Amino acid sequence: MTTLTFEAPADPILERRRQIQGVAQASLNRRKTYSKIAIGVCWAFLAVAIVPLVGVVAYVVVKGLPAWNADFFTQVTEPEGIPGGGVWNAIVGTAVIGAIATAVAVPIGLLCGLFLAESDGRIAGAIRFTADVMTGVPSITIGIFGYIAIVSHTKQFSGLAGAFAIGIIMLPVIMRAGETAIRGVPFHLNEAALALGARRATVARRVVVPAAMPGIITGVLLAVARGLGETAPLLLTIFGNQYLQWNPTKPMEALPLVIYNNSSQPYADLIQVAWGAALLLMVVVLVLSIGSRVLAAVLQREKR
Amino acid sequence: MIDPTAVPPTAHKGIDLNTAEVLMDRPVGEPVMRLDDVTVSFAGRNAVRGVTFDVHQGEITALIGPSGSGKTTLLRALNRMHDTVRTASVTGSVKLGATDVYAGTTDATLLRSRVGMVFQRPNPFPTMSIYENTVAGLKFNGVRKKALLDEAAESALIAAALWDSARDRLKAHASTLSGGEQQRLCIARALAVEPEVLLMDEPTSALDPIATKRIEELIGELKHRVTIIIVTHNMQQAMRVSDRCAFLLMGEDKAGELIEFGPTAKLFSEPTDPRTLDYVNGRFG
Repeated sequence: MTTLTFEAPADPILERRRQIQGVAQASLNRRKTYSKIAIGVCWAFLAVAIVPLVGVVAYVVVKGLPAWNADFFTQVTEPEGIPGGGVWNAIVGTAVIGAIATAVAVPIGLLCGLFLAESDGRIAGAIRFTADVMTGVPSITIGIFGYIAIVSHTKQFSGLAGAFAIGIIMLPVIMRAGETAIRGVPFHLNEAALALGARRATVARRVVVPAAMPGIITGVLLAVARGLGETAPLLLTIFGNQYLQWNPTKPMEALPLVIYNNSSQPYADLIQVAWGAALLLMVVVLVLSIGSRVLAAVLQREKR
Repeated sequence: MIDPTAVPPTAHKGIDLNTAEVLMDRPVGEPVMRLDDVTVSFAGRNAVRGVTFDVHQGEITALIGPSGSGKTTLLRALNRMHDTVRTASVTGSVKLGATDVYAGTTDATLLRSRVGMVFQRPNPFPTMSIYENTVAGLKFNGVRKKALLDEAAESALIAAALWDSARDRLKAHASTLSGGEQQRLCIARALAVEPEVLLMDEPTSALDPIATKRIEELIGELKHRVTIIIVTHNMQQAMRVSDRCAFLLMGEDKAGELIEFGPTAKLFSEPTDPRTLDYVNGRFG
């Protein structure tokens, strides 16, 4: 039996290992320093981004909280100078308009999203592109569209016109969120159902959409949150209303309008109400966002 | 003979690496990695428990066992890949030569340049060419000298049996290679850093039989260059390629444990544990 000896002085692999390890060691401190600098830069930029975000939230809370009392949530808006008064009319308006917009936009948006997810054709491409453009269109444009399409024909500012405009804002968001959620379902689940003899619609209804549900719900709630916060589309469609109005065919009040109108008034009590409304709107959006995440997490856990 | 005490001029003070050890090749059969009571747990639950065995220089060590026996988990503990999982913790001791893998002074990046890894699915970097993929590890480790990069790339591609087909298209994207070629590129990429140990996690499970055969042949040739630890769920593969075998099985607490470790021939023909016998005879798993 031959004895293996390792006395070859120029074993190229050992020699290269020596060189490489030498460089790796020598550069380690430099690489660690770069790494620390890079992470430091990331933290610095994170701080830059976080400070204004936290600042906005904190400021709204500090300014808005004093406005919150029982009257604020139960009374309708009072003119300047008259103490008390609240935003009950705006809460009703936002709720009614939000509900109508959601009820219309969600089914349309989700079915479009399903179509987009299932189709890669030219039509789908065009729709997808349009939806992307729509999400970027300034919301005042949507307001003008709502005005021309509904208000100028009915000769009446109305909650319905506002719901129409808000629905248009929500639609592309729901579409793309739905598409993304549905596309996230692994294709082998499709195949498994198809191989059992399921038709395409059945596959979508019984397998794909249920699997995509957490993502869909998150997307829908985020779209609702987005829609409720819009001001410009409402300016030109619901007009505003100092009185309580449940009827969506009439002009209504909404929280963003309260903020917009009151904040430009020279009266301290009205500005106070605007801050309160801003805080309320922020809390609603926050609750919707957190709710969507919690709901998605719960659904995700139930699937296992 | 390479002087084990010679320190390369580039070496820095205060670095954990035992330079002399890297320079010194160990005699074949000497322990290169020693696992002592290694336990890996995720969020407090053991995935593999109390594993002790030695990996020998110039040999191929196979980790076999059914799904859930912790083969891959154990393998990933050897080059600290669990560092990226926040809930993971590794106890016991893993030693690479004189280096304590989990010592606080051991730098994980330096360690991984000494303990390379090849994964289940070929994962060449999609934005890099074949050449760039091959030298990626060297560049990550700070190697800039073109001559050294070229030399290492050629040597690694030759060793991975990819040189003949790839030498004329080194600038082509790695995605132009077939699945088997991509996996050999990943092996070349790992070899180029000249690691002392190469971990392979079911490197053929995503490949067809012909590509598998070529990789297996390759593994046999590579053991003169690098000590290999390979996870496989294919017992024939373990029998064909490995010198020593570790058989793991899921225990009652769902944690994998080492049932038997020994020379492959013995483990497959006359194992000491009846469970090993059942497994290698295909009675379960």
